[in-house]
Amino acid sequence: MVEFALPPNSRIKPGKTWPGPQGASKGAANVKAFRIYRWDPESGANPTLDTFHIDLDDCGPMVLDALIKIKNEIDPTLTFRRSCREGICGSCAMNIDSDNTLACLKPISEVKGSVDIYPLPHMPVVKDLVPDLTHVYAQYEMIQPWMKTDTPAPTSGERLQSPEERAKLDGLWECVLCFCCSTACPSYWWNAERYLGPAILLQAARWVFDSRDEATGERLDMLDDPFRMYRCHTIMNCTATCPKGLNPGKAIADLKVAMFERAV
Amino acid sequence: MSPSHDRPLSPHLQVYKLHTKIAPLLSIAHRLTGVALAFLGTLFLIYWLGAAAYGPEAFATAQAIFSSPLGILMLFGWTVVLFYHLANGVRHLVWDTGCQVSNEGVRRTAYMMMGSVLGLTVLAWVIGLIVAL
Repeated sequence: MVEFALPPNSRIKPGKTWPGPQGASKGAANVKAFRIYRWDPESGANPTLDTFHIDLDDCGPMVLDALIKIKNEIDPTLTFRRSCREGICGSCAMNIDSDNTLACLKPISEVKGSVDIYPLPHMPVVKDLVPDLTHVYAQYEMIQPWMKTDTPAPTSGERLQSPEERAKLDGLWECVLCFCCSTACPSYWWNAERYLGPAILLQAARWVFDSRDEATGERLDMLDDPFRMYRCHTIMNCTATCPKGLNPGKAIADLKVAMFERAV
Repeated sequence: MSPSHDRPLSPHLQVYKLHTKIAPLLSIAHRLTGVALAFLGTLFLIYWLGAAAYGPEAFATAQAIFSSPLGILMLFGWTVVLFYHLANGVRHLVWDTGCQVSNEGVRRTAYMMMGSVLGLTVLAWVIGLIVAL
């Protein structure tokens, strides 16, 4: 449902400003402000925006480096997900400087002014920068992201693909399910209960266009619904924000074409 | 720790600066122009036809309103809105074939669409003025 304003318990209040780096003189050349969304489930209070100051000469180049530095040196309660720190795991997805991206792939130098960091938009917050992904994972399960076949596997071993057939999966298999795209989509914001969103639809396309999968019709039947797929209005925030440079908008457009082609 | 059932909703429109991004800006403009065409356009049309049915005096009033500077300005706005919704509708038809669905495609078709809006509006008014004068 479309609700432009945040519910009362979610409105962001001014937060704490933490002291700047020790030893750095006032107005040290390379100190950058990081304004970070905070919410502690145990306090019961509204979320706040805390301000931290980091000496960039003493910090790695990426936003994730700064977050880790803050957690290590300033406030150990700062909570965020991270793992691989090289854009492969998709854990550190968050809203940085008004765009959803992976903190580990976002250079601090790309941000003018203070670095404003929020959790992925329009999601229930578990703590600080950690959104609750239960719902998107349930939607992922719904598209049955595994190979479905009726024919027995060839006795020679693997089900083979031609290089052309394999090429159809390029741009789809690389998705790391960080959900930057789904949470950048206004359509998903307003209809997440019934619309699957770009990340899950890209995953659906990954199986629909796999030449080895034999459940194409069944998969398209599942998507043929006014909400599940057709809430996509080609707004294209998904493709604009994908930190992996993928094109979920195109994957959905291809699904729509496939749906049309099987009907005529 | 007991699970919290009143988790806050993370900010969305408040932090995702859609007005700085061309793709969503043109997208919401398509929706708004559609609403303007459907509601305002129909409203004015009904008033105009209603006035004609009501009698010569009412019709003369309606004509006076529509041909006043404000009326002309609104008609101009309406043609811009119409051609925006038309040209962007064609853009959507192109996307529905699977073409131009990329960041570059969005930008490219945005310029083509806005150029068409300008061209069609000028064309409509030139033809309209030639016919009227």
